[in-house]
Amino acid sequence: MSLLNRREALRVLLQDRGDLLVIAGLGAPAYDLAACGNESLDFPLWGAMGGAAMMGLGLALAQPQRTVLIVTGDGEMLMGLGSLATIAAQRPPNLRIVVLDNERFGETGQQLTHTAMGADLAAVARGCGFHYACTIREEGELVTLRADIHTLQDVLFAAVKVSPEDLPRVLPPRDGSYLTHRMRAALVGAEGASEP
Amino acid sequence: MVIMNEQPSAADWTESAYSLFKAHRVAMIAFVPDGGLKRLIELCQHDAEMRAVTLTTEEEGVAFAAGAFLGGKRAALLMQSSGVGNCINMLSLPRVCNMPLLALVTMRGEWGEFNPWQVPMGQNAQQLLEASGVIVYRVETFADAYPTIEAAIMQAFQSRCRVAVLISQRLIGAKNFVRGDR
Repeated sequence: MSLLNRREALRVLLQDRGDLLVIAGLGAPAYDLAACGNESLDFPLWGAMGGAAMMGLGLALAQPQRTVLIVTGDGEMLMGLGSLATIAAQRPPNLRIVVLDNERFGETGQQLTHTAMGADLAAVARGCGFHYACTIREEGELVTLRADIHTLQDVLFAAVKVSPEDLPRVLPPRDGSYLTHRMRAALVGAEGASEP
Repeated sequence: MVIMNEQPSAADWTESAYSLFKAHRVAMIAFVPDGGLKRLIELCQHDAEMRAVTLTTEEEGVAFAAGAFLGGKRAALLMQSSGVGNCINMLSLPRVCNMPLLALVTMRGEWGEFNPWQVPMGQNAQQLLEASGVIVYRVETFADAYPTIEAAIMQAFQSRCRVAVLISQRLIGAKNFVRGDR
C-alpha cells in the first residue's frame, strides 16, 4: 500500500468546503493549502511554529457558528503538543485538527520527526481527551473524514499519514496584515474588519 | 522546614481589571495561573458571559488571542513574569499580522523575592517584551491599576498594538516560604 500524496489528500478534504475556515501551519501544509486555491477563508502561516492549533481554538470560540479546520504538519504539531490538552479541556464542537504527517521536518532537509520514531499523535490526542482521534492511511478514509469535518458536533483530531516526497512549492501570501484583513473582511465584512 | 506565609491578596487591582474586561468587551481570557492572578481568574471563570482557557504554556495564549481576533473577539493573556520568556517567538504572530495583544503579567523576582529562580525573568521581562515589539505599561500602586489597565486595553485594541501590563510584586505582595526571614 503506497502512502497518500499530501496535496491530493488535502484536495479531497477541501472538496465542497463551503464556508469552512482553514488555518494552515507553516511549511508544506501552507503550500498545500495555496495549491488548493488561496481562498479568502484561508489563513496560511509562515511562522508561529507550534501555534496553529491554538489559533484555531481562538477562532473556533470566537466563531462558534462556523467550522474551523487546522491543517498542519507533524513537526508543527509536535512543538505544540500541550495545546491538544488545552483544546480538549475546552472541547470546541466546531474545531478540527488534521495533521499531514510525513514523519519529516520537510523544510529543513527531511530530518525524521518523532512520529518516525514511535510518537503516535492520535494516541496523544486521545490521551488528552479527544473522543474523535484517528490515524488515516487510505483515500477511502479521507472521504469519511471529510464528511465528519462538516457534520461532527465535537472536536476532531486526525493524523493523515502522507508520503515524504518534496512537492513543488506553491507560495501563499506572506503579508500578515493582508491575511488578517482578508479573513476578518470575509467574516465580519470589510467595514468591520478595520474596526478594533 | 518550609512554611506557607501568604501575604495580603491582590483583590483591589483585580476588581479593576475584571470590571475593565467587562466594559471593553474582553470576553475571553487565556492563562497560566499565578498566585497574584488567582482572584481575577476566578472572577472570569464564574462569569457565564466569559470564557476562561487554561493553558499548558504561555505562548499558547498568544496564538489563542490571535485566533480570537481573527474571529472578531477580544481576549486577554494572563501570566506570571516567568511566562514571558515562553512567549517570545509566538509574539511574532500578532506583530507580523497586525493584531492586538493584551497581556497582564504579575511580577515575581523584583521585590523581596525569596526564590532565586524567579529573578532572571522578573528582572528581564520588560526588556524581553520590548525587544519583541510589545509596549510595556507598569502598575506599581493600587491607584495606578484602573487607569493603566484601561489605557493598555485602549491602546491594544484601538491601535492594534501588543501591550503588556506588568503588575508589580510590591503591589501583589511577596511570597515567603522560608522561616526566619521575617
